[in-house]
Amino acid sequence: MHEYSIVQSLVDSVAAAIGDRDAVVIRVEIAIGELAGVDRGLLATAFEVFREGTVCERALLAINPIAARWACPACGGEVARNTHLRCARCQKPARMESGDEIVLQRIEMEVA
Amino acid sequence: MCQKDSAVSVVDVQTRILARNDDVAAHNRHHFLERGIFAVNVMGSPGSGKTAVLEATARMFRDPHKLAALAGDLATDNDAARLRRAGLRSCAIETGQACHLDAELVHRELHHFDLDGVDYVFIENVGNLVCPAVYDLGQRANVVVLSVTEGEDKPLKYPTMFAKADLVLLTKTDLLTHLPQVDLAAILDALARVMPNPRMIAISAVSGEGILDWLDWLQACRESMLATLEVHA
Repeated sequence: MHEYSIVQSLVDSVAAAIGDRDAVVIRVEIAIGELAGVDRGLLATAFEVFREGTVCERALLAINPIAARWACPACGGEVARNTHLRCARCQKPARMESGDEIVLQRIEMEVA
Repeated sequence: MCQKDSAVSVVDVQTRILARNDDVAAHNRHHFLERGIFAVNVMGSPGSGKTAVLEATARMFRDPHKLAALAGDLATDNDAARLRRAGLRSCAIETGQACHLDAELVHRELHHFDLDGVDYVFIENVGNLVCPAVYDLGQRANVVVLSVTEGEDKPLKYPTMFAKADLVLLTKTDLLTHLPQVDLAAILDALARVMPNPRMIAISAVSGEGILDWLDWLQACRESMLATLEVHA
């Protein structure tokens, strides 16, 4: 269960992004890749518990799931999931194009 | 980028949430690299045989004093003590409640860990197939230790961990004579579905099977790392 430590880092990132602005954070949007190793449900729960007393106290958390996508590094062709992760044409090991994101995307705040 | 809509302001950030960890990891990586040290993040389930692999490595390596290990555990320094008895320079990193090592924990330990004359550092992560994969520690390679008793579909159940692996060590192969149902081809098939360039070495810390192949892999990786350094020098 590392979702609590991810939330800690998220709250720190939000605090760093708003700096010394006099603002109330009302929404935080993040992207979590399917293969990032982060459980979105646990992350949401951890956020509810952890946001109290932080800069995110009044913030809603929106989590955008990102699907895992693999492609051939040579020809760029998509390599389907749950098959052998190798380009059928070029025989090169596939490269992960998306799916490992743990990214703070957007912050909405009410400015005084 | 900041767009104003009455009193609501939207800030597009697009930053990695673990940026702080990744910065410290980059610092650790540099620390290893400038000393010519090949650092390995050794991950796997509790009981998969991570410590036993490192003990066998120390036994069969021609120059054990060139090896060092940082052993992460929730509590106790038992693994570090086992590794010291096997001849490895080692220390424990107690994580308390944390289910994984992070770059800062490793960084703190590196401050007072003597790496003089060391060529290989093994960072034995906390036994766990989920969380350790998320945190970069500054390693050069990820090795996942998987024992023959864990089930052929383990890689499919924990794809994040195996997708990041450079090598899988299939351990406890001495038990295979008692486990006729274990299908090595099925393990390789599962690996190929989650690991783009699947590489597996079957080893036994008891019989010594495969340990020399593992040592060759380590040596080849370190040599290719040193070659990259010379190119950039």
